[in-house]
Amino acid sequence: MPLTIALLCVPALLGTSLLALVVRRSPQGYRAVYGISLAVSLLGLFAALSQLLAGAEPSHTVLPLGLPWLGAHLRIDALAAWFLLIANLGGAAASLFALGYGAHEPAPQRVLPFYPAFLAGMTLVVLADDAFTFLLSWECMSLASWALVMAHHRERDNRHAGYVYLVMASFGTLTLLLAFGLLAGAQGGYAFETIRAAPPAPLFASLVLILALLGAGSKAGLVPLHVWLPLAHPAAPSHVSALMSGVMTKVAIYGFVRIVFDLAGAPAWWWSMLVLALAGVTTVMGVLYALMQSDLKRLLAYSTVENVGIVYLGLGLALAFKAQGMAWAAALAMTAALLHGLNHCVFKSLLFFGAGAVLHAAGERDMERLGGLIHRMPQTAFAFLVGCVAISALPPLNGFVSEWLTFQAVLLSPELQSWGLKLLVPGAGALLALSAALAAACFVRAFGVTFLGRARSPAAERAHETDRFSRAAMFACAAICLVVGILPGLFIDALAPAVAQLVGDRMPVQTVAGWQTIVPIVEGRSSYNGLLVFVFMTAAASLTAYAIHRVASDRVRRGPAWDCGFPDPSPATQYSATSFAQPIRRVFGTVVFRARERVEMPPPGSPAPARLSVSLQDLVWDGLYAPVAAGVGRAADRLNHLQFLTIRRYLSLVFVALVALLLVLAIWP
Amino acid sequence: MALIFDLAVQGVQMLLVLALAPLLTGFVRKVKARLTRRRGPSLIQPYRDLVRLLRKEVVLAENASWLFRVVPYVVFAATWVAAALVPTFAAGLIFSWSADLIAIIALLGSARFALALAGLDVGTSFGGIGSSREVMIASLAEPAMLMIVFTLALIAGSTQLSTIATFMATGDVGLRVSLGLALIALIMVAIAENARIPVDNPATHLELTMVHEAMVLEYSGRHLALIELSASLKLLLYLSLIGCVFAPFALAGPEAGLSAYALGAALYVLKLAAGGFLLAVFETSIAKMRVFRVPEFLGAALMLGLLGTLLLFVSRGL
Repeated sequence: MPLTIALLCVPALLGTSLLALVVRRSPQGYRAVYGISLAVSLLGLFAALSQLLAGAEPSHTVLPLGLPWLGAHLRIDALAAWFLLIANLGGAAASLFALGYGAHEPAPQRVLPFYPAFLAGMTLVVLADDAFTFLLSWECMSLASWALVMAHHRERDNRHAGYVYLVMASFGTLTLLLAFGLLAGAQGGYAFETIRAAPPAPLFASLVLILALLGAGSKAGLVPLHVWLPLAHPAAPSHVSALMSGVMTKVAIYGFVRIVFDLAGAPAWWWSMLVLALAGVTTVMGVLYALMQSDLKRLLAYSTVENVGIVYLGLGLALAFKAQGMAWAAALAMTAALLHGLNHCVFKSLLFFGAGAVLHAAGERDMERLGGLIHRMPQTAFAFLVGCVAISALPPLNGFVSEWLTFQAVLLSPELQSWGLKLLVPGAGALLALSAALAAACFVRAFGVTFLGRARSPAAERAHETDRFSRAAMFACAAICLVVGILPGLFIDALAPAVAQLVGDRMPVQTVAGWQTIVPIVEGRSSYNGLLVFVFMTAAASLTAYAIHRVASDRVRRGPAWDCGFPDPSPATQYSATSFAQPIRRVFGTVVFRARERVEMPPPGSPAPARLSVSLQDLVWDGLYAPVAAGVGRAADRLNHLQFLTIRRYLSLVFVALVALLLVLAIWP
Repeated sequence: MALIFDLAVQGVQMLLVLALAPLLTGFVRKVKARLTRRRGPSLIQPYRDLVRLLRKEVVLAENASWLFRVVPYVVFAATWVAAALVPTFAAGLIFSWSADLIAIIALLGSARFALALAGLDVGTSFGGIGSSREVMIASLAEPAMLMIVFTLALIAGSTQLSTIATFMATGDVGLRVSLGLALIALIMVAIAENARIPVDNPATHLELTMVHEAMVLEYSGRHLALIELSASLKLLLYLSLIGCVFAPFALAGPEAGLSAYALGAALYVLKLAAGGFLLAVFETSIAKMRVFRVPEFLGAALMLGLLGTLLLFVSRGL
């Protein structure tokens, strides 16, 4: 039953796309499109929840679509249901936000038709049960999102972003195609059932892991395959950015989990090392990049890279434990990873909505020209603050729960046998701890510079509160952040069937512990109670406030800022985004980004201004992508000669090619 | 009945940390004054300061937002809850399972997050410099602290602070290299987190190298009182933490009687006094370092913590 409902969502969304073609130019058309998308997403959410909470058996169906000898295999199991939940939750929130935000879209005809198709693609990827359907819907998702990235294609940066995205998406799909080819084997059994029944040989399985890591990892944004992500995600309209960061990266992670944990058979011991190393680098690099950005949406996109790293860290640990046969520990790591997927979807959507609201209200996403928005947009500021606290992994909100679970999984790893892992896992744990602290710094900066202080531009001074749909979407996300943070046991229990399906064991039942305490292994070892922490903090804060106001003093006087006696009326004397990051740039950036500061001081007596210039170098781009791009360019230059040959030469080329091919055919065994 | 008694003990602990925190700050100040051959203010001066500040009106900057007024309460609540969860005179109190050591560190992180935001709220350059340096210091101190937690958790087989303290008290821990590394790293982190010399100077104003004081420069009246009290609580928390893990003498167990609690409390006060005295001696004997030397200092703490964890990954006996 859930499968039928979920499948009905897909034609409904595709139908909405067609409807959007009709209404694309009418001023109220966006309401119809986003309204229907919202309703369909809620339906999909219902399907996912009914599958998860009922603990229903997997159900599957074969539709006579696609390749005639294969058909379209579709299946919903606990894992698919969990990601269906993420996809539709993100989809519903984005549609609700867009009901208000869509009014400001300058070119709705370039957004409306692709938006439902994007949602449909993501839903279908999760439901696909054969390689052909999977890749087809994966491509549908990629192309629809590419079209949305290119919605404002008159801006040069967006065209560049679209180009890089297209190249990386093609590369990712190519590697996935090869991975499925290896999984299917010589007989070409492309249905996942057939692959599961006959997993590939160890050598092929290892190749599949590497290809899946490249393919799904490039979509999810693993360093060094992340380069397209911070370009493409901010280029799209904000609700689409939220979907791309919050949901599409999760669908990519779903692809990785499905291939590696479900289809590729038993893991080899070194797989986890590869995943953990990449994940550790990704978490720290992602957040360091984010700290260096002054574009709010790009900062959020880089922070997505970091969070994807955290999810992959959990997955890597789960792989390590699974390879060692420690299923109970693998269950903990896997739960942490999957829960962080949901958490990141919620708070990143919220933050992108906030960025969208700011972008509309102040016409600006460069933090250096914002500031003081908490006075003009108090509700948006509050919701954005909740998102910032959640993503910084601070109690009592949800980000902390999943990072806490990941730390607990790291603490189990001394029981691993392999020496490589014994040395690698503490390092990965340290990188995770570092990234958590840096993320807090990053979001103090993001919130502080954007919303606090004094306005840095006239536009920021004239900003206004956003519409009610946008606020509803943001507050809904904020509420989910709190609920998952204080009642994590419910979600861990809901995840249990998915985890059991992947690693063969589950975490202990959480809801029996009373008071909503979560206990990863046994009570004496570690436990955390978000509800109590929240209640204690709220009670302590409100009682203190009440007591002080009653007994001591409640008088307030407004006066000019003190600032050690030297307040300056110009907002330019505030700390800016760049200056806030300066200490961290000096500590970490000199190595990671080759950050250099140069001071040009004019000679004494000269009226010329002194200058401070900062240069950063993106070593991943310069070291990896620029040489490849240069190589392709050089090859194209060489091959350019082929365009200017005489007809005689062309004919002889054709002849030589024919002979060569025939020779190959003759020699081929 | 037992439940009421347990709740009462937990309540006593919450009030005890609150009551002792200003005294500890006063004691450290007194010892520092004596060491520099000054008479120094009386031991209860911090209480008088708090009462005076609480009674005064609050002077808010014109463009201060609601966040600025809420933050002192959030900081205080988070620090107080964290401090009440660290075993002081007894381990295994009724709410000790609600947050483990990682969560306690994260609660302090929440407090710092709020305070750093408040530093940016008015939009002054001093607030900005304080916030930006505070998060830089935190970005190294927090991972170092987590590595110390890892080391302790791997030795005791638990991240629950009560369990760790009870395990350390049993005496079958013995001397371990990793424990020594963790202790040194913990002291370094504690110094940085509490804005003590050589990382920061709690007694300065109007100095370009100050960090914590710059961040709270705009606060006055009851807000300032809460922030000062939170700072005292944090110092007490770190000394209690070091005490309960590395000197868990006479820590009362979960089912102890009144006499055990009294003994635990008496020794706890002695431990605090010893810790405060050592801190004062250390602070008077060292000069403050430049702000960009701090990353090296904390980087060393991080490496020590990581080394401790690595040793335990290699062999459970080290």
